[in-house]
Amino acid sequence: MVTYVSNIFYHIGRYYSLIARAFSKPEKNYVFRKRIFEEIDNLGIGSLAIVLIMSVFMGAVITIQAAFGFTSPWIPPYAIGVATRDSMMLEFSPTLVSLILAGKVGSNIASEIGTMRVSEQIDALEIMGVNSSTHLILPKIIASVLINPFLIVISMFAGIIGGWGFGVLTHVVTPYGYLYGIQYDFRTYNVVYALIKAAVFAFIISSVPAYHGYYTKGGALEVGQSSTKAVVYSSLLILLFNFILTQLLLA
Amino acid sequence: MIEVRNISKSFGEKQVLKNVSLVAEQGKTTLVIGASGSGKTVLMKCIVGLEEVNSGGIFYNERNFSEMNTKQRKGIRKEMGMLFQGAALFDSQSVEENVAFPLSMFTNMTEEEKTERVNFCLKKVNLENSNKLHPSELSGGMKKRVGIARAISLSPKYLFCDEPNSGLDPLTSHVIDDLIKEITQELNITTIVNTHDMNSVMNIGDKVIFIYKGEKWWEGNSATILHADNKEVLEFVGTAKMLKELRK
Repeated sequence: MVTYVSNIFYHIGRYYSLIARAFSKPEKNYVFRKRIFEEIDNLGIGSLAIVLIMSVFMGAVITIQAAFGFTSPWIPPYAIGVATRDSMMLEFSPTLVSLILAGKVGSNIASEIGTMRVSEQIDALEIMGVNSSTHLILPKIIASVLINPFLIVISMFAGIIGGWGFGVLTHVVTPYGYLYGIQYDFRTYNVVYALIKAAVFAFIISSVPAYHGYYTKGGALEVGQSSTKAVVYSSLLILLFNFILTQLLLA
Repeated sequence: MIEVRNISKSFGEKQVLKNVSLVAEQGKTTLVIGASGSGKTVLMKCIVGLEEVNSGGIFYNERNFSEMNTKQRKGIRKEMGMLFQGAALFDSQSVEENVAFPLSMFTNMTEEEKTERVNFCLKKVNLENSNKLHPSELSGGMKKRVGIARAISLSPKYLFCDEPNSGLDPLTSHVIDDLIKEITQELNITTIVNTHDMNSVMNIGDKVIFIYKGEKWWEGNSATILHADNKEVLEFVGTAKMLKELRK
């Protein structure tokens, strides 16, 4: 038990020292800017398709389930629109999409940096006098924190449109009732809450896998293990911070 | 000149280097040889600062590298070039981007100047028409040559090569050896090479250091190694059939 707890503190300490080192001044600003745009393309634009597909179907399922559950004559038809909008905005888009991205982007980051570690590319950077953590990790964190809130907003729109499309197609909701519902009692703060969650989760999705990749030792097997650990730990942290942020921002 | 003074290095209970000292002179190639697991790679990692020594010091032209802070070390590192065992080229970059990388990071060269320097370095390693290729499209020997081109792009004062011939056929090994020797003499740099290839010892060994179980066991050159007055060295050298014949 003592070893287990000390192991947790060891990893937390090493994680913070790596991230602190990553937040140093880059060697060359124009190289750094270029790296950020490459990462935005790789981590953000590359995830757009899966976010869109997932969100459309999530919205559709929420709409159909809401229609299935709201059988009482006291519940107005537009409540389906309200339920779909709030489910997508408060929970499904920021949390579920982040969990999916933790799998896709997290394994990508951990395996990329892990492979660079085992093939001595990180040593090569250090020998040249380049701060490898700033060069490799910081652009990924900045790119994720910048682009993920956009992905989440796109996911919200896609989910709500998906709910409308499939709801109308399956005749569980009227077009007018649904459109009225998604506008009914709209709270801007919910968007702010979702964006704050998206930014925090983006930091976790990029920094935790980077940590696991950076300290990979061994060969291909260990790179795979790092990648798995990265996805598991970043997913757990997303769930933990989801609870903390919800308590802080909504309670 | 690089001077290593009585360095020791342990990993936990295991002592990997014991009081190792050596001097690598400018314009000459110093070869560190020894069996696998003898401590050659750890010695090189200590010299370049990828591992911290437990005791002793490393001096680059009388500048104590072991006692420098990160910022001071950065200055020395810009004077270093290193060829890694697996070349360690950046997979996502083309050959010319790999060679231009140190130039982009540490100089204010224009794109034209960078291209000119990249072409010069690639010409030096006989890879003039491979600028646009990626590491995955290169053979082992070509990767090593790109690694050398990248290492010399900033005109280093010190060149380190870790097992430059591993995984290469004898002919390509010879080409790489010649290249290292030529670059060392032409650019007048201090070169340290880790190897267990006896052909390299005979080709480019201006100075040869034999490491045995983490200790410096013998020092000499390619001419004296065949008649070394040391059982372990002769055993190590004697395993090469061709050299056995030569000794006879």
